Amino acid sequence: MHFDYANILVFLGLGVLLCALMMWLGALLRPASPDQIKLSTYECGEEVEGDSWINFNIRFYVVALVFLIFDVEVAFIYPVAAVFKDWVSAGNGLFALTEILVFVLILLVGLIYVWSKGDISWVKQVAATKQSAVAAGQAPGVERHVAG
Amino acid sequence: MLEFLNGLAAANPEVPGVLLRVAGMLAFGALVVFVFILPVAGITSWVERRVWARIQSRIGPNRVGPGGFLQWLADGLKNLLKEDVIPQAVDEPLFRIAPYLVVAGFVAAFVAIPFGGSLIIADLNIGILYITAITSLVVVGILMAGWSSNNKWSMLGGIRSATQIISYEIPLGLTIFPVVLVSGTLSTQGITAAQGWAPHTWHMFHNPFLLVSFLLFFVCALAEGNRTPFDLPEAESELVAGFATEYSGMRSLLFFLAEWGNLYVIGALVATLFMGGWQVPRFTDDPTLLAVAQFFTIFLKAYFWVFVAMWVRATLPRIRIDQLMALCWKYLVPMALLNTLGTAFFMVLFPEGSLVVRIALVAVVLAIIFVFARRVRFHLARARGLGYGAV
Repeated sequence: MHFDYANILVFLGLGVLLCALMMWLGALLRPASPDQIKLSTYECGEEVEGDSWINFNIRFYVVALVFLIFDVEVAFIYPVAAVFKDWVSAGNGLFALTEILVFVLILLVGLIYVWSKGDISWVKQVAATKQSAVAAGQAPGVERHVAG
Repeated sequence: MLEFLNGLAAANPEVPGVLLRVAGMLAFGALVVFVFILPVAGITSWVERRVWARIQSRIGPNRVGPGGFLQWLADGLKNLLKEDVIPQAVDEPLFRIAPYLVVAGFVAAFVAIPFGGSLIIADLNIGILYITAITSLVVVGILMAGWSSNNKWSMLGGIRSATQIISYEIPLGLTIFPVVLVSGTLSTQGITAAQGWAPHTWHMFHNPFLLVSFLLFFVCALAEGNRTPFDLPEAESELVAGFATEYSGMRSLLFFLAEWGNLYVIGALVATLFMGGWQVPRFTDDPTLLAVAQFFTIFLKAYFWVFVAMWVRATLPRIRIDQLMALCWKYLVPMALLNTLGTAFFMVLFPEGSLVVRIALVAVVLAIIFVFARRVRFHLARARGLGYGAV
């Protein structure tokens, strides 16, 4: 048992060692002649405008939150799955099935809620803008510009 | 492996047992990493380019060694000789750590991947859960690379990648769930032992829901591995090289090493979970011969799926980020949840499984393969008839 898990440490260590070894081998062989241009940030030849450490779209954060909830649920489901076969062979299959059903249905309700709130549709903003643009009687070309 | 080391310790009582086991652990680990993972990842890069070239009527690398076979060594050497550029604007500690995390995450997955009936590093009792957990370390590395580069392309690539990988983790976990239900264990060896060598005893033919799960699993695994059609994080036509834009030489090679190595992990998981893993008919009593046969069985099954992944990459265009998220949350997650319920329901109906259902599903899959092969033959014949060149 402890032996099994010690192997994970060994493999993580070997992964790091593999990288270190390759970087070290490279350090022995490769040239090092840095200059100002070479060390500048690559943005397709354009002058770099400011940092990239900026606020990013909040939607990524919402997806991460939804993921967190669902991942915990998935982790909770695994122990049930591991013993389900024993329950079925002991004749308690229907009881276990009902329990799984209730759990998964709660999960589905959560999914439906997130879905109806529009948090998993990536382009809801565009759809809303489009509608208001149509309501204001703007030309289709303008819409496309907004969507892009 | 533990049994082997215990046997070795019993045969050599004069050596301290702990020392022997630790030495054995290190030796086997080094063997897997340097003799299996490195060459397989490298050779996969060569096979991949040859396969694409063949599909796209090109030649591909064919100069270095017979059929260009040594191309992967030449590329490795070239990258060793490249200058290691670390731009001034980057967050240096994070920039340096990122590739280590990515490689360590994918190498550690090999602990629980079976290579044969007796060939596994450690048969963890939570094997499959462990693999899905440890491969998430790759996300941390990729996000770190994207953020620390201080480059707009890297930033976008890193965040996209993190979103994609965590999203597809949900359906991936849920599609493993029916397999666990059917086999009643999380250990990868236990899951393989619950299947037989004959196709109709494989988990993918256990019931219709598992067949769907199998397809969903492959799709999700492609997305987890950042493969086309889900390779948005390094979409070279829009984000230069995504999170790896500022990485050069050896450091960028490490990211690609993880990608190609991950391909084998995906294939081996598909083979283990759904296609009977290393199971072979018991044709001999010689354990060594049996182990060799088992190794090649799972290797060929896994490599078949690696080949399919290359085929998909050469054939399909990339999808957009909104399509990516919609596919995951609006199709894959509900379908995976229904598969879970369906499999549980099926098991209550048929506690011992149903041979009729199994054989019917095998027949359905064979029919699909037959129709597909006929279409391919038809198109090849038509292409020849129209004179599109040698096909």
